[in-house]
Amino acid sequence: MLRVIVRRLLQLVVTLIALSALIFIWLRNLPGGPVDALLGERATPETRALLTKALGYDQPIHVQYGKFMQRILTGDFGNSIRTGDPVIEVIGRAFPATFELALAAMVIAVGLGIPLGYLAARWRGRSLDHLTVVGTLLGISIPIFFLGYLLKDVFTQNIHWFPPSGRVGIGLDNTNITGFFVLDGLLTREFDAAADALWHLVLPAFTLATIPLAVIVRMTRASVLDVLNEDYVRTAEAKGLRHRTIRGRHILRNALLPVVTTIGLQTGALLSGAVLTEKVYNWGGLGTLITDSITGSRDYPVLQALILLAAFVFVVVNLLVDLSYAFIDPRVRVR
Amino acid sequence: MSLLDVRDLSVVFQRRGEQPFTAVDKVSFTVEPGQTVGLVGESGCGKSVTSLAIMGLLPKRGNKVSGEVLFDGADLLKLRRDDMRDRRGRDIGMIFQDPLSSLNPVIPIGVQVAEVLERHQGRDRKQALREARELLDAVGIPDPDRRLKEYPHQISGGMRQRALIAIALACKPRLLIADEPTTALDVTIQAQILTLLKQLVDETGTALIMITHDLGVVAGLCDTVNVLYGGKVVERARRHELFAQPRHPYTHGLLNSVPRLDSIRGERLHAIRGSVADNIPWGEGCAFAPRCDNVVDACLEGPPPLEPTATGGDLRCNNPVSEEVAVP
Repeated sequence: MLRVIVRRLLQLVVTLIALSALIFIWLRNLPGGPVDALLGERATPETRALLTKALGYDQPIHVQYGKFMQRILTGDFGNSIRTGDPVIEVIGRAFPATFELALAAMVIAVGLGIPLGYLAARWRGRSLDHLTVVGTLLGISIPIFFLGYLLKDVFTQNIHWFPPSGRVGIGLDNTNITGFFVLDGLLTREFDAAADALWHLVLPAFTLATIPLAVIVRMTRASVLDVLNEDYVRTAEAKGLRHRTIRGRHILRNALLPVVTTIGLQTGALLSGAVLTEKVYNWGGLGTLITDSITGSRDYPVLQALILLAAFVFVVVNLLVDLSYAFIDPRVRVR
Repeated sequence: MSLLDVRDLSVVFQRRGEQPFTAVDKVSFTVEPGQTVGLVGESGCGKSVTSLAIMGLLPKRGNKVSGEVLFDGADLLKLRRDDMRDRRGRDIGMIFQDPLSSLNPVIPIGVQVAEVLERHQGRDRKQALREARELLDAVGIPDPDRRLKEYPHQISGGMRQRALIAIALACKPRLLIADEPTTALDVTIQAQILTLLKQLVDETGTALIMITHDLGVVAGLCDTVNVLYGGKVVERARRHELFAQPRHPYTHGLLNSVPRLDSIRGERLHAIRGSVADNIPWGEGCAFAPRCDNVVDACLEGPPPLEPTATGGDLRCNNPVSEEVAVP
């Protein structure tokens, strides 16, 4: 087991290095750049040259990359071109918001998706099943931004159940410790702040959860249908085991194997959904940071670090998935 | 009173938009305590469906089960779902055909044996595992302590079937149903498993319903044999009579098609001509008629009735094989 983990961690390092090179080259080959963005169209060639030199962009790309990697190894991702703050700080400020949102979305997607998928399979061909199949198809096909604005319109304008945007209500003086507002509220015993943050979280989390939820429901349904036909489920029935034992130990434990993989892939893909969701609900997280860094100023250092972070999260999540797979399925362990 | 009294058991599969299909057609037979009864026939004759109907394991939808299955006088078909759940594994155990797919791949063997003891005997996990170890030992699994913690893919096919037998017999049921228990195994292992089954039912006094297409299995094990064709019992006899004097042309054909070591070299094997696909519906006559060598006009006029024979069996045939031409 330990060998597997070490090998996967080495793979992670190689992946990240390769990816960093690709991002570096790709970003610098995009038309326009930070110099144009900062100085505008009317800047003189002299000023341009001066700034280009000051930012180090006059050097050959492999030299730039070498310096970049050198700094990364010491934990220095450079400073944001836009604000001048260290990249680590910029990302650190936005990270909790997105993490909180993504976590809430996955809790919804997994917490609702697995039971729904199971029930749909158990009651195959009945109305709940049909409803789930149609519902998941809608969930997968409706664009996030459209659904986001729709939910926002209905639940904040027509019926005022939820706040329209942001992470906290105006005028609420919440203490910031971790940056996870719900958690902060609980830690500081400012329960009104926690409730308010949770209230703000509902609509964005549901919006972000739709695609993973739909995928997980479908996957669970298909997987449970497969397992229901397995001989060992019949054996379990022949033993006269209680329904809940058969469901938990014999059906779900086997049926969840492919679902776990799906959960991993969906978690990795959440960031792209977060960009749109954050835009709709004015949620100041990584998604907002990405769009701002691209459109505003071509903020190379921030973008590089963000994409590396996304890749890192994706690989780590899927490593965890593989490890949990080995934990659930003894047949995987021997390899 | 018989331990199991199956009366006019019918199973009709009915899918929406399709013709109903009668898989089991008014099958009746009895099993006395401690007796071994064979259900014999080729694929699709309804023998497995019969056993699943007795166990209440048929899918909830898409089929209609009628008749009576009296176990100790109580009709299992009328039991509430939970009451039937209490009986399965405790009063009636079952062994299936494919031991690999019949065991859960992600759960240790020990737990799979122990859980049935936990369910029906109220044991806690520790005690159940201790008993599971003894059970594995009793069914001849070497090094049972190690096997308890192993998973199905780590042990051999024969051992898996032994484990399934241990599960089925864990609660000392009064009836054991074995559905083709040796079909998926090597020939050498088949003999071991049959010997084990015979020994266990002798020791425990458990009655056994042996479902098989293999007459060799019947010869070594069964007291009475029910031959099924097209969902109906066509012949019933005690083992000795059946092998000595098969009366139904189908039974006769089955026995004739068994290869024998003492047959003349180069002699062709006898086969029953045609296949199950040639069957005619029982309503129009004898389902076997299109494949039968003894067919007479009456066979195509209506289903022949099941009538008692002189030797104490039952026979459903208008023109049975005469006693002189019985298998050598």
